[in-house]
Amino acid sequence: MKKDSVEKKPAGSWKKEMLVRPIRQGTVIDHIRGGQALNVLKILGIYGTTEAVVSVAMNVPSKVLGSKDIVKVEGRELEQKEVDRISLIAPDATINIIRDFEVIEKYRVELPERIDGVVKCNNPNCISNTHEPVISKFTVNKKPVDLRCVYCDHVISEGIADHLI
Amino acid sequence: MSQHIISMKDFSRDEIDIILNMAREFEPIARGSKSSLLSGKILATLFYEPSTRTRLSFETAMKRLGGDVIDLGSVESSSVAKGETLADTIRVIGNYANAIVLRHPREGAARMAAEYSKVPIINAGDGAGHHPTQTLLDLYTIARESNLSDMRIALVGDLKYGRTVHSLAYALSLYHADITLISPKQLQMPDIIKKDLKKQGANIRETSNIEEVIGEIDVLYVTRIQKERFPDTAEYQKVAGIYRVTEELLENARDNLIIMHPMPRVDEIDPSVDRTKYARYFQQSFYGVPVRMTLLAMAMGAV
Ligand SMILES: [Zn+2]
Repeated sequence: MKKDSVEKKPAGSWKKEMLVRPIRQGTVIDHIRGGQALNVLKILGIYGTTEAVVSVAMNVPSKVLGSKDIVKVEGRELEQKEVDRISLIAPDATINIIRDFEVIEKYRVELPERIDGVVKCNNPNCISNTHEPVISKFTVNKKPVDLRCVYCDHVISEGIADHLI
Repeated sequence: MSQHIISMKDFSRDEIDIILNMAREFEPIARGSKSSLLSGKILATLFYEPSTRTRLSFETAMKRLGGDVIDLGSVESSSVAKGETLADTIRVIGNYANAIVLRHPREGAARMAAEYSKVPIINAGDGAGHHPTQTLLDLYTIARESNLSDMRIALVGDLKYGRTVHSLAYALSLYHADITLISPKQLQMPDIIKKDLKKQGANIRETSNIEEVIGEIDVLYVTRIQKERFPDTAEYQKVAGIYRVTEELLENARDNLIIMHPMPRVDEIDPSVDRTKYARYFQQSFYGVPVRMTLLAMAMGAV
């Protein structure tokens, strides 16, 4: 994971960018491709019934992405597995870890070479879609993002979020 | 090279060449001269869908090398009917046999079986997926009866669902073959596969007309259009019998043309073609034996 790819900003300028209130402790996921914020919440297991303090900004104008979404989660740092999943649907996302209102770490997500047990194969006849003791495995192609099933060779190139397990 | 034989994509061109050269040495044994190379070894055949031809070819290869064969039998009467997983069956059979030949209706079944197996798995077809031993015998036939390098081949018939041709086209791309795809519109090769082939170095063109290319090719590879692949009969009727290789078509063929077919055929090749100098489909099925001998001997560590 590249941890030095984005330069660190002082806390003050960070706060100015805040569209919703800043968080004391937790994670800000920025540069999510416009429209993918709800899928990011799904990956984090945040649904209507959750008690977590979460704020979401959608369709924020962005120089790089055209429009972007931002998700802020109070009191939580992400596991690698969650970051891997986010990278599939938001390959440009940056993860900001916040402690005491300060960005203490900022990095861009990076697509893994292989992704296991995260996405369901879209081939109904695939051995990974049976009662056999097997977890789905995909090799990841980065540009453009598509996933190739290790078992049946089928490729998922669109709507990856719909296939998340 | 891993002991398992799952997909053509696991083989480099060098590895394929090694197999083809070795198959040549096994040919006399395939024709009947005695061998005890695999004596004391046991091959298990697990066919979860019938393919008598492929099973008999493996059995012949094993027995001609002096080995024995055990067979799972029909799926209806075995443990599978009681709901045993393939992963369990593989682990049980692996205690009896030195290698397992597997045919299964699910794509990726052989890859999964290999993860669970302590003995080599040889994929004899997984659903619409891979069938590497068919591809290797096709390559061997081309090497023996024509030429694998600088060769122009036309693949005819169902190029959409027929994964045997996908696998063959992939392997041919390693030899930078010049490939013409001949199919009706609804049965064209999927774009994603064509993309893979081009990336490997194949030269590809598409047409729906055999006459157009018959005078330019060295190999005509004909496949059956399978009724069971079609969602409805009306769609099938539109393309059934659309290609038929006849003596008349062959009037414009090059002298060195060979015609291949994985068999069984229905009406894609007129029986009158059998006695022409072009027909090679019966030799092709014979070549399955030395090729499978090679794979068995390799899998069992005998060569
Ligand atoms: Zn699959």
